Amino acid sequence: MRDVAIIGVGMNKWGELWQKPLRDIFVESALLAIEDSGVDHIDSMYVGCMSSGIFVGQEHLGSLLADYLGVNPIPCTRIESACASGGAAVRMGFMDVASGMSDIVLVGGVEKMTDVSGGGATYALSTAADQEYEVYHGVTFPGLYALMARSHMHQYGTSREQLAQVAVKNHENGSKNPLAQYPQKVTVEKVMNSILIADPLRILDCSPITDGAACAILCPAEMAKKLSKKPPVKIIASGHATDTIALHSRKDFTTLNATVKAAEKAYKMANLKPEDINLAEVHDCFTIAEIIVIEDLGFVKKGEGGKATESGMTALDGKIPVNTSGGLKSKGHPVGATGVGQLIEIVHQLRGEAGQRQVKDAKIGLTQNMGGSGGSTVVHIMQAM
Amino acid sequence: MFPARYWREIPQRYRLEANKCKKCGRTYFPPRLVCADCKSRDFEPLKLKDEGKLLTYTVIRVPPSQFIEQSPYAIGIVELDGGTRILTQIADCNLDKLQIGMRLKIEFRKIQQDGEAGILCYGYKCVPV
Repeated sequence: MRDVAIIGVGMNKWGELWQKPLRDIFVESALLAIEDSGVDHIDSMYVGCMSSGIFVGQEHLGSLLADYLGVNPIPCTRIESACASGGAAVRMGFMDVASGMSDIVLVGGVEKMTDVSGGGATYALSTAADQEYEVYHGVTFPGLYALMARSHMHQYGTSREQLAQVAVKNHENGSKNPLAQYPQKVTVEKVMNSILIADPLRILDCSPITDGAACAILCPAEMAKKLSKKPPVKIIASGHATDTIALHSRKDFTTLNATVKAAEKAYKMANLKPEDINLAEVHDCFTIAEIIVIEDLGFVKKGEGGKATESGMTALDGKIPVNTSGGLKSKGHPVGATGVGQLIEIVHQLRGEAGQRQVKDAKIGLTQNMGGSGGSTVVHIMQAM
Repeated sequence: MFPARYWREIPQRYRLEANKCKKCGRTYFPPRLVCADCKSRDFEPLKLKDEGKLLTYTVIRVPPSQFIEQSPYAIGIVELDGGTRILTQIADCNLDKLQIGMRLKIEFRKIQQDGEAGILCYGYKCVPV
């Protein structure tokens, strides 16, 4: 297997992009990534997208996006793994390059979520849960994560304030990110007084509805320095795992086993331990998700995620900064693009170009991208070359 | 909802029909073809018990469109006696008095309505014992 490097990244500001169609949102970020890398051609493409069929009535993105990027007839495949589609697309590109099948691969993600009403978006997202045995009964995604939150609070004494502190931290980081959809800072009080969505989760515990895309260019590490204008970043591990689609089928609602297993595989592949990671971008679709995930990645002991957040351990100047980009919470959550957006933040950090949110001496970064109520997780570990 | 999609789930929704792995004894709801634990494909039918306890719960305040008339409503994960877990609405309850561990029993109820002219969808909900 060949070593794989990231030699270019590109994304525009995420948000409610009424004036732009899905194809242009994607092509703009793809062009930014190609320009950033300096390559003059690409050999293949993988694009993560959760639900373009429901959001804009368009499937067959492989053909559409390669066509509009002007790269026909290269192979291009749309990858779907719910909200982990972006991370899964990165993994496909990683395997394509590592295997020797392709040299220069574009991996991306895109989602256009605002062409449907709020109810329409809720419906499209709900298709990531079990239609017949969860969604049929009226549960929503905030509802599923609320069930986890209630369990975590009951079992470990995690407090309502600790959930709010995740949002406060991520919006603080997002305020330093010019590409964030909601860069406004929030306070614990503001989170705790925002409207209830699914008890105990409130609107400011939830990630937003977002249009956006993100792209990266991968190539064999041995070619990276010759091809690239900027310092390349190596992908040193890729871990992917699944869990039951229905939350109620799991033995314990306070842990996400796909995240535990994907992380185990990634740590083993990189020959690293959780304490070797300098910073992480994790899937904070809801505040409780970040608390559970930092435990499942091994950054803290099970049950101590809330306390760790409260102590500042995961803040920008903490022991392990988490979601320096603002996370899904502040930067936005265009579901299919999210996993690639996480990778872009790690690349900026490892290149030392993260500006006001730069983590000092960042050498090794991790991304954790999750689909549904945790039924799919993709973990990547990156290292500065 | 396409009628066949609704119709084929009726044994589970109306009668709580599950199955049990003959080799390792694990029960599945809905019934499965392969045991996730021991990989056996040898199953026997089983009917779920209709009482259990609440493991975790929430109150949905921003519902999907077909549930707007019922909002706010409680959703819980319930462990039925015998160990099988289901996700269901908790009806006829005081939303402020829900508690992890409380005893619940299953009743047959209308779950949702598929628009003005669509089919009425029935199934199980839990109520406090």
